[in-house]
Amino acid sequence: MSFHIFVQQVVNGLVLGSVYGLIAVGYTMVYGIIGMINFAHGDVYMIAAYLTAIFLAALTLLGVQSPPVIILLVLLLTIAVTALYGWSVERIAYRPLRHSTRLAPLISAIGMSLILQNYVRLSQGGRTQGTPTFLDGSVRLFEQGPDQFVQITHAQILIVVMAVLGMGVLWYLMQATAMGRACRAVQQDRIMASLLGVDGDRVISLVFVLGASMAAVAGTLVTFNYGSFDFFIGFVTGIKAFTAAVLGGIGSLPGAMLGGLVLGLSESIFSGLVNTDYKDVFAFSLLVLVLIFRPSGLLGRPEVEKV
Amino acid sequence: MKRITGGGVARWVLALMLGCTTAAQAETIKIGVAGPLSGPQAAFGEQFWRGAEQAAKDINAQGGIQGASIELVRGDDACEPKQAVAVANRLVDFDHVAAVVGHFCSSSTIPAFEVYAEAGILSMTPASTNPMVTERGLPTVFRTCGRDDQQGVVGAEFVVKQLKAQRIAVLHDKDTYGQGLADSMKAHLTTLGLKEVLYEGLTRGEKDFNALVTKLRAVKADAVYFGGLHSEAGPLVRQMREQGLQIPLISGDGIMSETFVTSAGGPKFVAGVFMTFGADPRKIAAGKELVERFRKAGYEPEGYTLYSYATVQSIAQAMRATQSREGAKLAAWLKSNAVDTVMGSKSWNAKGDLKVSDYVMYRWTATGQYEEVQ
Repeated sequence: MSFHIFVQQVVNGLVLGSVYGLIAVGYTMVYGIIGMINFAHGDVYMIAAYLTAIFLAALTLLGVQSPPVIILLVLLLTIAVTALYGWSVERIAYRPLRHSTRLAPLISAIGMSLILQNYVRLSQGGRTQGTPTFLDGSVRLFEQGPDQFVQITHAQILIVVMAVLGMGVLWYLMQATAMGRACRAVQQDRIMASLLGVDGDRVISLVFVLGASMAAVAGTLVTFNYGSFDFFIGFVTGIKAFTAAVLGGIGSLPGAMLGGLVLGLSESIFSGLVNTDYKDVFAFSLLVLVLIFRPSGLLGRPEVEKV
Repeated sequence: MKRITGGGVARWVLALMLGCTTAAQAETIKIGVAGPLSGPQAAFGEQFWRGAEQAAKDINAQGGIQGASIELVRGDDACEPKQAVAVANRLVDFDHVAAVVGHFCSSSTIPAFEVYAEAGILSMTPASTNPMVTERGLPTVFRTCGRDDQQGVVGAEFVVKQLKAQRIAVLHDKDTYGQGLADSMKAHLTTLGLKEVLYEGLTRGEKDFNALVTKLRAVKADAVYFGGLHSEAGPLVRQMREQGLQIPLISGDGIMSETFVTSAGGPKFVAGVFMTFGADPRKIAAGKELVERFRKAGYEPEGYTLYSYATVQSIAQAMRATQSREGAKLAAWLKSNAVDTVMGSKSWNAKGDLKVSDYVMYRWTATGQYEEVQ
């Protein structure tokens, strides 16, 4: 593999990994706080993709021209509405089951995922939808001749930048604000935290809102980059993001991002070096290996049995 | 032991009564229309349904089949083999259809056709091009489209002789149709004395094929053949262009839909993509009047719409001629007689394949339309 091709594959992997990472955050935060896997999260991401297209069309209709303004507005609007979806999902499907068996919310999550998929399928149609290309253009690096270059589109750059930015904001929220402190307290011990005056239900709602917001960022950026989506995109991407969350150590924020990047990079490099048919086999074998040697993932802390 | 409850008995009586009332009315012939009426390939399902619906309407308006009118029954397989078998069983056991138009994806058609053949029901696909559909010795299966081995020949000839490509990459979507098409391309390249530089499969449902595109650059391919559907072909060609790879993409009938432009993210990305498809059925004289009517109703009868129409016509014609609904009799008649359809006269060989296939090459233009390559 020549230098250019290798760098290009690393770029491909970083972009893909950033998307996985952004979605993985939602899985990991929810798991961290209530110990359940929110299977509807991938579909929340899918809804964000549709919302992006809707807002993009609405803004164009209203005559907004400048790309940075459009990006910002679409991003904010999508985050707001997607967050509402995340909040509602928790409120409708998980909160009533808070004190039932561990499996109940899991089944409820699968049901929620089916409901969201079919709701979009019925309201938006089953066809592949698309947005007109909007973030055009690309940059070439290391150009040395007609096919010796590394090409990165502006949308791809935006994905990586926004992923880093989004993670930074989230990290700040969790580490340096009272809200984040409450989250971490509930994560460590929900009963003790509630004894000390932290409203557990509010914190859990907040976690769902934050997770959905990150999925919204991913949904918007992916729509800018790939331009097409259907009601089923949440499934494949959701599974990959969930894998990333487990790989990085479920419950750990930096783990989710790291897991996403490792997964994205391993997929694209394996695809480039060996074979595309088996890239998923490779990615999942990697997951198995990591879990054998580090059962709680790359950055996960082993669960301490509370007595 | 099963206990017969009062409610159960009442239901039986009701069912019997309903049975009587329908029998008293004029006879209807149920024909199943099975395909991806929902899901990512729903665009093709719509083509099927539009064509079949119009055909049934027209035949019924002309007095039906010896006085019996055609009633269509929808069967949605979403292009999933498992669902296709379930749909096939439902059409056979529950709806008691006399014949089936469908399915679309070869991976759905192949298992579903076994169900119909076992029940002795005539089945005709307007679109499944994988050779296996008719290669298994099932007596009651037909298709009104060509076969992938014919499609691959046209594709390979075009790539090698017209495009003068030397380093050809062959990609597929790991599905029966896509891989079958890619294999046929590969086989015919070999007969032309060329070996593909890359042969790999991508995953259906994914959107990011950048790693594969980079690989195409790494192997210095000068043309790409893709066996698959528009939902993957769209993002693939877009990512090729975005990575600065300007080589031509050639595909088969799986991208024959306006949705291909949508999934590529705009007409500018599809410009210069080639595909094989039957000679445009809209240009055949026999279907001129029908095409006009479709357009007047605000629908462009693209892709498989007319194929689906012609399929219903063929079934109706066979039923009229044999005065039978039996799959074996209908099949025997179709294999020895030619049928006049909106796509001209069609006749079938002993396998159920069309005697004449007419694949030609099309090119997508920068306005998101396609035109025949001269």
